[in-house]
Amino acid sequence: MSAIPPYATTGQRLWHYTFRVICGLIFFFLIAPIVVVIPLSFNAEDFFTFTPKMLALDPEGYSLKHYRDFFTNTDWQAALWNSVRIAPMATLLSVSFGTLAAIGLSQSHVPFRRAIMAVLISPMIVPLIISAAGMYFFYSRIGLQGSYWGVVLAHAVLGIPFVIITVTATLVGFDRSLTRAAANMGAGPIRTFFQVQMPLILPGVISGALFAFITSFDEVVVVLFVGSAQQKTLPWQMFIGLREQISPTILAVATVLVVFSIALLTVLELLRRRSERLRGMSPS
Amino acid sequence: MTLKTFLLASSAAALSVGAAAAEDLTFVSWGGAYQASQLKAYAEPYMAANPGVNIIWDESSNEAVAKLRAMNEAGNVTWDLVDAEGPDSQRLCDEGLAMEVDFDAALAPAPDGAAASADFGDSLINSCFIPQIVFSTTFGYRSDVAAWNGKEPDSLCAIFDTETFPGKRSLEKRPKKNLEWALLCDGVAKEDLYTVLDSDDGLDRALAKLDTIKDDVIWWTAGAETPQRLADGEVVMGSTYNGRLFSVIVEQKQPVKMLWDWQVFDFDGWIVPAGLPEDRLNRVMDFLHFATDTQRLADQAKYISYGPARASSQPLVSTHADLGVEMAPHMPTNPANQKNYLVNNIEWWADNQDAMESRFQAWLAQ
Amino acid sequence: MSDITRNDGPTGPMLAADGTPLKRSLARSLRRQKLRALMLIAPLLVFVLVTFIAPIADMLFRSVENQIVSETLPETVLALRDWDAKAGSLPEEPVFAALAADLQAAVAAKTHTRLGSRLNYENSGISSLFRKSGRDVGKWDMTTDGPFREKFIEIDKGWGDIGVWQTIKTYSPRYTPGYFLNAVDLAKGVDGIEARAANERIYITLFLRTLWMSLTITASCLILGYPVAWLLANLRASSANVLMILVLLPFWTSLLVRTSAWKVLLQQQGVINDLLVWIGLVGDANRLVMINNQFGTILAMTHVLLPFMILPLYSVMKTIPPSYLRAAKSLGATDWTAFWRVYFPQSVPGIGAGSILVFIIAIGYYITPELVGGTKGVFISNRIAFHISSSLNWGLGAALGAILLVAVLLLYWAYDKIVGIDNVKLG
Repeated sequence: MSAIPPYATTGQRLWHYTFRVICGLIFFFLIAPIVVVIPLSFNAEDFFTFTPKMLALDPEGYSLKHYRDFFTNTDWQAALWNSVRIAPMATLLSVSFGTLAAIGLSQSHVPFRRAIMAVLISPMIVPLIISAAGMYFFYSRIGLQGSYWGVVLAHAVLGIPFVIITVTATLVGFDRSLTRAAANMGAGPIRTFFQVQMPLILPGVISGALFAFITSFDEVVVVLFVGSAQQKTLPWQMFIGLREQISPTILAVATVLVVFSIALLTVLELLRRRSERLRGMSPS
Repeated sequence: MTLKTFLLASSAAALSVGAAAAEDLTFVSWGGAYQASQLKAYAEPYMAANPGVNIIWDESSNEAVAKLRAMNEAGNVTWDLVDAEGPDSQRLCDEGLAMEVDFDAALAPAPDGAAASADFGDSLINSCFIPQIVFSTTFGYRSDVAAWNGKEPDSLCAIFDTETFPGKRSLEKRPKKNLEWALLCDGVAKEDLYTVLDSDDGLDRALAKLDTIKDDVIWWTAGAETPQRLADGEVVMGSTYNGRLFSVIVEQKQPVKMLWDWQVFDFDGWIVPAGLPEDRLNRVMDFLHFATDTQRLADQAKYISYGPARASSQPLVSTHADLGVEMAPHMPTNPANQKNYLVNNIEWWADNQDAMESRFQAWLAQ
Repeated sequence: MSDITRNDGPTGPMLAADGTPLKRSLARSLRRQKLRALMLIAPLLVFVLVTFIAPIADMLFRSVENQIVSETLPETVLALRDWDAKAGSLPEEPVFAALAADLQAAVAAKTHTRLGSRLNYENSGISSLFRKSGRDVGKWDMTTDGPFREKFIEIDKGWGDIGVWQTIKTYSPRYTPGYFLNAVDLAKGVDGIEARAANERIYITLFLRTLWMSLTITASCLILGYPVAWLLANLRASSANVLMILVLLPFWTSLLVRTSAWKVLLQQQGVINDLLVWIGLVGDANRLVMINNQFGTILAMTHVLLPFMILPLYSVMKTIPPSYLRAAKSLGATDWTAFWRVYFPQSVPGIGAGSILVFIIAIGYYITPELVGGTKGVFISNRIAFHISSSLNWGLGAALGAILLVAVLLLYWAYDKIVGIDNVKLG
């Protein structure tokens, strides 16, 4: 596909270009909705459409007022702060429990491995509304509903499958003779873990952490049920906004989040390359 | 490095949790312009007078009954004060989920010394409900619809007239009010409404009338949806609370007009969840005493066009806080606005809510 | 990890370094290894069981639990045991007397309206019966005011309806299949299981709609995802990496951002309609309705789930050597035959993995249909949320949830068989 061979027929050439156009349209479908949001967030009016002034590229058609609203409005700021407080804690829990378990799971003899794996992955599979409803009733009963820790625990468990998957993936390629060599040279298991194993699986751990973080940072269904107003997160505030008052501030928030996703994506890509280098694979 | 800063941030966040203020109060309300008026008229002055108190809002009044039940079942009530409309307060009171209040002891008397219960009068619909406002549910329509050829709706039944007034309508996703309106436009007289609804085929008749516009309706669950859709041009007419329409018409100056025909009056007020611990209860009762006195109730009418529930507040209603508009003509109780009206039949709806709701929701899903 | 250092002659058992028989030493080492693995896994397993599995089990329990009837009306339930529901006559006075006593206690405890709501799910109208009666029964004197049968019928003629009593008797056991029957449009009557009234049948329709919309979404994702995955797998690494960003960016962007974007695009006064009007394709008065219906849900969800199709497809296609296609062609196959007979069969595992993944996620989706689906474009999940937070029919919500959960777990099992959970790749 990389190039058309010189002997291609006209039909083949035509198909080659048609195919590229089709793919181009699909890429456009993927990315356009996200891109459209960005200019609209600079709208000087409270509308969701491009005003004539914006189309004429008149600077008066653009303004930062929706961003000002986001950064000064107490509701949005409280929501941002709640997200910032909840997501890292949830990530910390998923990563520490998850990494430990992934190491356990990658040992050669684990009884009931399949069943255990199924249980640990289930938070990713069970429809969110069912998890949310279950947690709502159960957490109410044990006094966690509407508390910071309730939301953190709920988000942590939702993030766990991602940590398990990414960390076990790095451990698959892990060369066991390295730990044996460390043991031979007199390192204890803890030292072996931190000085030999950890640096090698770190990229997997961090990308798992990013997944867990974004899971919590993006999550809205469970927090709607398990949280109370004191834990209103950014997605929750957006959900209210979308259902009730669609102010363009939402688009400003959306733009900020898109920039944030790009940053996360970059980190992840760099990690992937580093991991491949460390494990001696050629970077693709 | 990333991991290290990340760990630091997390532990810092965790530490700050323990330090959450003890004087956080959670109030539950309806969001949008109405909640904003409560914030300005009650919460901000109260917080200014009591600097240690911080009020957090939860836009969950729609789901108040469900959530209070779950909290009550668990014995863990996280809400301190809930804004509820009449029938919901009736259910909460019946189920013991709302606290019964001794109005004269808990609320401020009128400026002339009259007891609170006398001043609130008929608006005290049950022993748990502390009224704030009289509001009505009514229709608004866009005044610039080209397809209407210059005609404008002047009666409720324009909702069902998709020939003359084509376009999407916005109606509440609940049977209450919709059923009454449907029957009124199907030729039932105001006095006979509930006799017809009580009869075996009354509900079918109302649903059959709604069937005629089912494809043209976008349903709403939050009071702010209709004004938003009207302003965006997504619907051409729709029902909502009259104060929301006021804010879209007068404050945001959108091309929208009121259709007061057959507005439905209702009371809205506070209920205190049953089973609050004593310190939180004291704080809430202190707030209520402050927020429901004669002046405060009149103040709310500066921000939204709802009538105060106290008789003594009504003469104090004046002009809009920012715009200086005279508020009286925008009140649902203004004589010019109430040529035809209904009053929400709280008792009938409390008794029949479950039956109507299940049939209505099934009809919607079909 | 025991290493063998010596061998004690040809006759004795093989011994490990410390002198124990090698077999036992190995077994012990294996046991220790297993134990260590389990110790590492245990904290997480306990964590997931407590914070996740227990809540779900707890909720599922609600789908059969029905203690409210026998707890609120204990005497009545006892008295009704001897009443023959099929005989066609009203219960006798002792049952009404028991009801009066039970109801009076329930009114004092404020539990009678909740019971009314519960029984109303099975027989519309019972809720108002309990509410109306509660107001009067509270004032009765149990010792002097009897007999109660006529008094009850005087309050509301509903008490003279045998159907009401049949409902109370049918639903007096502490556990009931009633919610599950309700979830498939059936009801439990005196004569066993029967169909619900036509105007109450909605769930089968809703399940089928959820099913076909999820299938449509899966199919659209496959149609759009396959060419893109193919392109990515066959381009030079550097260009593929750049294009990959276009797939991963939506994947990493907040779901609410994407849903808001679709709302902005699809509204009647939204970007797409404005564009069409501006080009002149549609008139200003005939703007297209693309939101609050099934079309809106399918379009937005196809966008949201497309990366979940592309990524597994891509990882499978990456492993198919391009030389196979060239070989086929050099043997005389046309482009189409080469693709269809050689390439496509090898990409089937990717299609399977991507389709099941997208389908599993789609079938339980809540947020996007809620915001862009209107009434016709919503899923069974939206109905579950409605029952949990608005109608308060928690039992029915739990029963619907249980059915959905079983469907998803079956798919999960199939996914595990076909792809293997270990082979799930992210990013």
